[in-house]
Amino acid sequence: MTTIEKLPKKTGGLRWPGSEAPTRAAWEEEPSKAIKAAKSATLIIVVLAVLLPLYTIVLTSISTQSTITNAGGLVLIPGEISWDAYRQIFTGGVVTRAIMVSVGITAVGTVLSLVVSVLCAYGLSRPGTLAHTPLLFVLLITMFFAAGMIPSYLLVSGLGMIDSYAALILPSCISVFNIIILRGFFMGIDQGILDSARIDGASEWRILGQIVMPMSKAVTAVIALFYGVGYWNAFFNAILYINDSSKNPLQVVLRSYVLQGVSVPGQIAVGQGVAASLALQMAVIVVAMVPILFVYPFVQKHFTKGVMIGAVKG
Amino acid sequence: MTTTLTKVGDAAPEAAASGGSGPKTRRGKDKPEVRIGLGLKARFRRDKSLIFMTLPAVLLLGLFAYVPIMGNIVAFQDYSPFVGIANSPWVGLDNFARVLSDANFWVAVKNTLVITAFQLIFFFPIPIILAILLNSLVRPALRATIQAIVYLPHFFSWVLVVAVFQQILGGAGLLNQQLLANGWQGMDIMTNPDTFLFLITSQSIWKDAGWGMIVFLAALNAIDPSQYEAAAVDGAGRWKRMWHVTLPGLRPVIILLLILRLGDSLSVGFEQLILQRDAVGAGASEVLDTFVYFTGVQNGDWSYAAAAGLIKGVVSLALILGANKVAHLFGEAGVYSKK
Repeated sequence: MTTIEKLPKKTGGLRWPGSEAPTRAAWEEEPSKAIKAAKSATLIIVVLAVLLPLYTIVLTSISTQSTITNAGGLVLIPGEISWDAYRQIFTGGVVTRAIMVSVGITAVGTVLSLVVSVLCAYGLSRPGTLAHTPLLFVLLITMFFAAGMIPSYLLVSGLGMIDSYAALILPSCISVFNIIILRGFFMGIDQGILDSARIDGASEWRILGQIVMPMSKAVTAVIALFYGVGYWNAFFNAILYINDSSKNPLQVVLRSYVLQGVSVPGQIAVGQGVAASLALQMAVIVVAMVPILFVYPFVQKHFTKGVMIGAVKG
Repeated sequence: MTTTLTKVGDAAPEAAASGGSGPKTRRGKDKPEVRIGLGLKARFRRDKSLIFMTLPAVLLLGLFAYVPIMGNIVAFQDYSPFVGIANSPWVGLDNFARVLSDANFWVAVKNTLVITAFQLIFFFPIPIILAILLNSLVRPALRATIQAIVYLPHFFSWVLVVAVFQQILGGAGLLNQQLLANGWQGMDIMTNPDTFLFLITSQSIWKDAGWGMIVFLAALNAIDPSQYEAAAVDGAGRWKRMWHVTLPGLRPVIILLLILRLGDSLSVGFEQLILQRDAVGAGASEVLDTFVYFTGVQNGDWSYAAAAGLIKGVVSLALILGANKVAHLFGEAGVYSKK
């Protein structure tokens, strides 16, 4: 029998801020230098592949025309900084409008989706209630068979919803997958607590509002993020259902300015520099990106431990 | 398939309990409450608020999922928007015959399947490798940081991802800029149909590899460390442990995701492709969904496109049921299971 001869060497060097001491199990051999180097190199490449494009886009959006000309395009090394591009797209015009449309759709849509999903998930969280199985089936079948684009389009146009903001919200309002995640979480709540509330005479609405929801803040936040991101990123529903260009959400505008090369209009206030057209394009990209960058850290911590995994792990 | 997705429903509480508030017994295993002796009326009175709560979702699904499923009857008509479904003439299977003899349809089918196969080979293993790599890091904070960075792009829209790629790899993008500045020849990757498969696969990897990794990280976490210890004590080295402990531990998840991917073979990044169709041309980028969109919504050949869409829907359903059957044959859990 091999005895454990090599105790883990205390790894020296820089300690990542806030990290506990590295814990390698006693039986695990210290990786060789070559493996360590290969691992670090791979991880650095992976991280750079994500961050470098974002960095250069953000930097270009706040660079002056001369910096951009000197760089020959996207800027990698910071030069002169100018906020003209943002000033230009936020002072009225198509981009400002599109931002407002997207913010409105996202806010209204997320709240609506969340309310409908939480109610449905709670309503289905107790097997054995009347019509539980048939109702669950009604939901699940839609995960296996999607109706298709043409009948959906004909329905939305038949309802007279073409060119209405409702067409950007209602058809994509609920995701059965999200409801199943919520339902799974609700089913995991200790039923004893709920039963005692019921004996005390609380209605299901009150139990949901005052007991279940406060216990489910994390999962609700994650589901809200999923819905919110979905609405903010909505693109295809917009090109399908919206013909009136003044109602276009941001993603459609992003496509026409950045991918299709339409030049970005905007009012130029007197006495202000004209932003470089590349900076303008990059600013539109950044505006589409920023809300996600802001919301993400708040919700990100819930992903790994909890909801997503529990639901997918199966 | 009596108890569809029970696995999903049962697994979540377990994770919630372990991730949330300390040890808890597993609720999902409990028997559903059976209350003998309650009549239908009494059960309705007891459960009416719960049933009422599901109504908004059920109504929305009814309208936006089930009505369109029935709307597929236009595939059997010569539908015209001016006379509506009620008055359009019935043509039987004519539309399907037309679709199946259309060379463009088969180009779309071929492209769809080629893209799926390509992504299975080049995209599918990457989240697994990333997860194993990340799992081997011993510093929790470093691991969490890298994790947060790599799955960030999942939340970007396809428009944004394609725009980013165009800025980096396009004709006037960063790569060309650097190539030209150093006296090399430039290349425009974004409009080249020959390398299109590589382009869209790398876009998918950039966007979703980190996200795909989460599931595998969870599965890695679930492997009992004593298995590694036992293997190490028996003299298994790092690679042997990976082969004999790690990979078998990941097998159920790998199979589950393979099934889901196979069942989804006919849907390949619709938004991603429609955004780039102009740049590389329909020959390389036309897939089933874009075919339906352009023939139906753009050209107004509604019934024809609906027939193509219906073929896709039915084949997809058959694929997912078939893949699940195969998984059962191999003794794996699959997506749903019979009780």
